[in-house]
Amino acid sequence: MSDRAEVYARIIELIEPLNAKKVALTEATTFAGDMEMDSLTVMDLVASMEDEWDIMIPLNMLPDLETIGQVADAVHGLVAKKG
Amino acid sequence: MPNPPVLDLLAKYDPLIAEHAGLLSTGIRDPFGIVMEKVVSPTEAIIKGKHTILLGTYNYMGMTFDADVVAAGQAAIRDFGAGTTGSRVLNGTYQTHKECEEALKDFYGMSHAMVFSTGYQANLGMVSTLAGKGDFIILDADSHASIYDGCKMSNADIVRFRHNDAADLEKRLKRLPADAGKLVVLEGVYSMLGDVAPLPELVAIAKAHGAMVLVDEAHGMGFFGEHGRGVYEEQGVADDVDFVVGTFSKSVGTVGGFCVSNHPKFEILRLVCRPYTFTASLPPAVVACAATSIRKLMTAHDKRARLWEATRRLHGGLKARGFKLATETPESAIVSVLMPDQETTALMWSTLIELGVYVNMSRPPATPAGVFLLRCSICALHSDAQIDTVLERFAQAAQMCRLPLLEAVAA
Ligand SMILES: Cc1ncc(COP(=O)(O)O)c(C=O)c1O
Repeated sequence: MSDRAEVYARIIELIEPLNAKKVALTEATTFAGDMEMDSLTVMDLVASMEDEWDIMIPLNMLPDLETIGQVADAVHGLVAKKG
Repeated sequence: MPNPPVLDLLAKYDPLIAEHAGLLSTGIRDPFGIVMEKVVSPTEAIIKGKHTILLGTYNYMGMTFDADVVAAGQAAIRDFGAGTTGSRVLNGTYQTHKECEEALKDFYGMSHAMVFSTGYQANLGMVSTLAGKGDFIILDADSHASIYDGCKMSNADIVRFRHNDAADLEKRLKRLPADAGKLVVLEGVYSMLGDVAPLPELVAIAKAHGAMVLVDEAHGMGFFGEHGRGVYEEQGVADDVDFVVGTFSKSVGTVGGFCVSNHPKFEILRLVCRPYTFTASLPPAVVACAATSIRKLMTAHDKRARLWEATRRLHGGLKARGFKLATETPESAIVSVLMPDQETTALMWSTLIELGVYVNMSRPPATPAGVFLLRCSICALHSDAQIDTVLERFAQAAQMCRLPLLEAVAA
């Protein structure tokens, strides 16, 4: 069972190598806008988060996940649901 | 009161407009603006007045000018007119459409066939209609745009697995609820790199998790397997594939798409599949050409052998000249040359067209993993002399563009 802060910290670690523009990463940082991540990179990031927590993040969920904070909430929720 | 200023909806494409303009400002030809002034044969056209060898048309079996195919089209346009002006489910099903579906059923040895207006629509329709709310679509990461768009249009949850990676597919299937409907979508040949899927492994895993399987054989139809049905036939998994999607725009040599299946409830899809229902059917001439071509492809054994021969000649020849290829050996009739970056790819493409060779330039996001490609597709009607000319021009273009080549490898 991970708490939200742990999840957030690990997500930051997973994003860091993909943060080509080296923008400051906060709860409010957006993937498309601030980090200018292309859709393929986003999908690879999703795959690595799925493997990290053994969860499933459907691609159709992605349009609602614009910021790092929203992703952390979603992952935290999915991990909690898994029990 | 004056109207507020109109926000230009095309402004979001400004970066792309600038990128494209930048590319053309280097003086190269527009890779996406080729006009064929005259088509001499399935393998040659006149482009900007120049005789050009076509090596990027997916016209694998060279059926576009087949005398029987052309005659069937002419007869249909004479007898049935230029178009149907209607949907398949209203006034748009003619005898010609039925005959085309019969030809598909015979070709595939399956009990149902549904003809769509394009392969794009066939994928869009099948993927979005088969999987609904609460179901899961599991697709290969390198899937064609039409499959991705079908996913977008469906109400299912979408799960992507690493390209051709059976272990990754299994890991992802394991995470899904056992009692949910699942559709695994695969392609026989992946059109960017020209690599073939390990269908026995992938299909076995899909079945072990209670999933239905759809295979897109767009680039496999005509020359894989005993009857030319595709990679799924060649690899012996026909019994475990629920739906095969394909297109008439490659080996068949015209335009149109289809799905074939043995599913007993298949026919209901005609009423619920929106990209089938809410669009006009193909013109009679097109389906007549397709039906004739499909029947000829059933027994085109010599052409199949010739296509592989020409493919090996091109693949081996490029490799011997030091070009980096996407697959170590020729896996399909697509041979992709790996290029270092956008500029070199565009320059090389443009040089080849000036030298009278047309290939496809492919770049992200159409390509996987951000690679740049010069993509060649071979036709059974390419002569050895044409392939040798192409090889010469590739070498010449590489020199003109200063494209770094690998140490020559013995063919
Ligand atoms: C794998 C794949 N599926 C589907 C299609 C769509 O076919 P069509 O050209 O008939 O729309 C294509 C070709 O563009 C393709 O490469």
